[in-house]
Amino acid sequence: MKVNTMAEMIASGQTPEVLFWVGCAGSFDQRAQKITKAFATILDKAGVNYAILGKEEACTGDPARRAGNEFMFQMMAYQNIQILNGYSIKKIVTTCPHCFNILKNEYPVLGGNYEVIHHTQFLQELIEQGKIKITDSNEWKGKSITYHDSCYLGRANEIYEAPRKVLESLDMELREMKRCKSKGLCCGAGGAQMFKEEEKGDKRVNMERADEAIETKSDFVASACPFCNTMLTDGIKNRNEEVNTQVLDIAEMIAKAMQ
Amino acid sequence: MAIIAQILFIILTATALYLFSKNLLRIRRNILIGKAGFVNDEKARRWKNVFLLALGQKKMFTKPVVAILHLFLYVGFVIINIELLEIMADGILGTHRIFENYFEKFELASLYHFIINSFEILAALVFVACIIFLVRRNMLKLKRFMSNDLAGWPRTDANYILIAEIILMGLFLVMNAADTQTNFIISSSLQPLFSGINSDTLFIIEHTAWWLHIIGIYIFMNYLPYSKHLHIILAFPNTYYAPLTPKGMMHNMPEVQNEVLYAMQPELAPTGAAAPASFGAKDVMDLSSKNLMDAYSCTECGRCTAACPANITGKLLSPRKIMMATRDRLEAVGKNIDLHKSFVPDNKSLLHDYITVEELRACTTCNACVEECPISISPLDIIMELRRSLVMEESNAPQEWNSMFSNIENNFAPWKFAPDDRDAWTKQA
Repeated sequence: MKVNTMAEMIASGQTPEVLFWVGCAGSFDQRAQKITKAFATILDKAGVNYAILGKEEACTGDPARRAGNEFMFQMMAYQNIQILNGYSIKKIVTTCPHCFNILKNEYPVLGGNYEVIHHTQFLQELIEQGKIKITDSNEWKGKSITYHDSCYLGRANEIYEAPRKVLESLDMELREMKRCKSKGLCCGAGGAQMFKEEEKGDKRVNMERADEAIETKSDFVASACPFCNTMLTDGIKNRNEEVNTQVLDIAEMIAKAMQ
Repeated sequence: MAIIAQILFIILTATALYLFSKNLLRIRRNILIGKAGFVNDEKARRWKNVFLLALGQKKMFTKPVVAILHLFLYVGFVIINIELLEIMADGILGTHRIFENYFEKFELASLYHFIINSFEILAALVFVACIIFLVRRNMLKLKRFMSNDLAGWPRTDANYILIAEIILMGLFLVMNAADTQTNFIISSSLQPLFSGINSDTLFIIEHTAWWLHIIGIYIFMNYLPYSKHLHIILAFPNTYYAPLTPKGMMHNMPEVQNEVLYAMQPELAPTGAAAPASFGAKDVMDLSSKNLMDAYSCTECGRCTAACPANITGKLLSPRKIMMATRDRLEAVGKNIDLHKSFVPDNKSLLHDYITVEELRACTTCNACVEECPISISPLDIIMELRRSLVMEESNAPQEWNSMFSNIENNFAPWKFAPDDRDAWTKQA
């Protein structure tokens, strides 16, 4: 499978319909790379004309801004907007809710206006359009699953239905955690916490959430954010439950269930 | 004798209203110490928020039992106070149930009866709800009420309000019961208590209850500005001015945006432009007026803290405490201004003296606190403004964050990976 960059597309006179914003986790983190590859595979199979920025992509500035470093954020935003506008990007899809939130909500005031969608929304669209067909005998069928709402997708942007609709297409038994949707509990990574030790307390946030996920006794935990994925995977491993409960991104599940 | 009572009543009313408006103006001035922060676009959507959240108490109904009890208090409070019109008219004119006479004149006695009956039913509901709330607050050991956030005055404040409501409603019902010429739905069942008491004594009881009731209301009214109970007024403007943007959106800092723009494109930089004074918020005057109104609106219910992932896992951060600390600091700054005409530095600031670095560092920016607040307060907005000051003014960040910043600067990612490897995954795809 060939993944084209914007530069390559433009050079060959093509205009992709959508830019896949991979994000730093999706580009560098070994676990998150699997999500990236799964999503790229889906785009490829569904016949979506897309491109990535490749080496021209840079951090959106989200962790810097949330930590309080507005200068660093503004520098990154400036550079990214120059590149995105240079390619006349109209539509962006991303597998990271943090990139999604900042591109969608915080770049417009700086001159970066794009239609930005999260990959779970895009997957829902592709399923509804019949571009993604789920095999009848997919490996998830009949298994139980719980979905963890990412704060930056859920409360921050009120996207609760798209990921659940996508999971519905897999014919699984969805078991909600007690704290879900607008009441969903954070995985502990947001606000640049991913990049530092937690403050002192009596429990780690990801353990609190992992315990709640384990309580549902589901075969799988679905995430829609590379950071939530890492946090929950760590938490579940810590409780030695990884044999019973596996954390997967929704894109990984769809990629395996596609015809 | 009657004229003395009338004069006394007028003096009392005028004093109460004067003090109340003086206090409200003081609070208004304190709120306006903040930077401009009231956005007034899309008025229709804003009014909708006022109707749904403040008037309709939509978010309260996520806890239905408490919501219904709270609704009794709220409806009771608003509707029973209509009776104040008659009380004021009687007090000023020296009459007794002046509206009853008017209603009778127009053959509407039954309507008057119906109205007072409604007041009495509501008063009884308020009475019961307050007793339940007192028990719940003090005996049920609910975590958010047992929290250290409420140690001292805040806990007393909450109990005072409930006790005051119970007394006021009690006086209202006793006043009606002692008026033997009437026969209202709740107070008539209290009348057996007064059997055998002669009419002169009953007259004294009724009038004492009448006076105590109105004096109680005036005291309550003037207590409001010092109490968490101020939300009964501020919930309305606070929901009106609530942000209409997605919760995930942090507000921009044009001054930093421009600094970066001028660094990148020096030809755009205006000549002689002064550098901004400071970044983020160190003290209350650096926050927006909306942040400060949030602080005065907070009822300290603690729904935010109960939902906060940091607080749930034993971290020092409590969003409720962020709001209470902001109000405390703002009150201190307000007193400072009262004393010196304008603010004189007191070697204190909201950051560090009222809110510690450890609290700020624990926030995951998950928006659970913002989502929970029934009247659209954002503790998160204050936390982020203080974080901005910490990092940009004091370069105060944990070592790991400093590494993250330099990785973003040098490697364009928060981790130390070679930028050239950004698309390495495509080769394995």
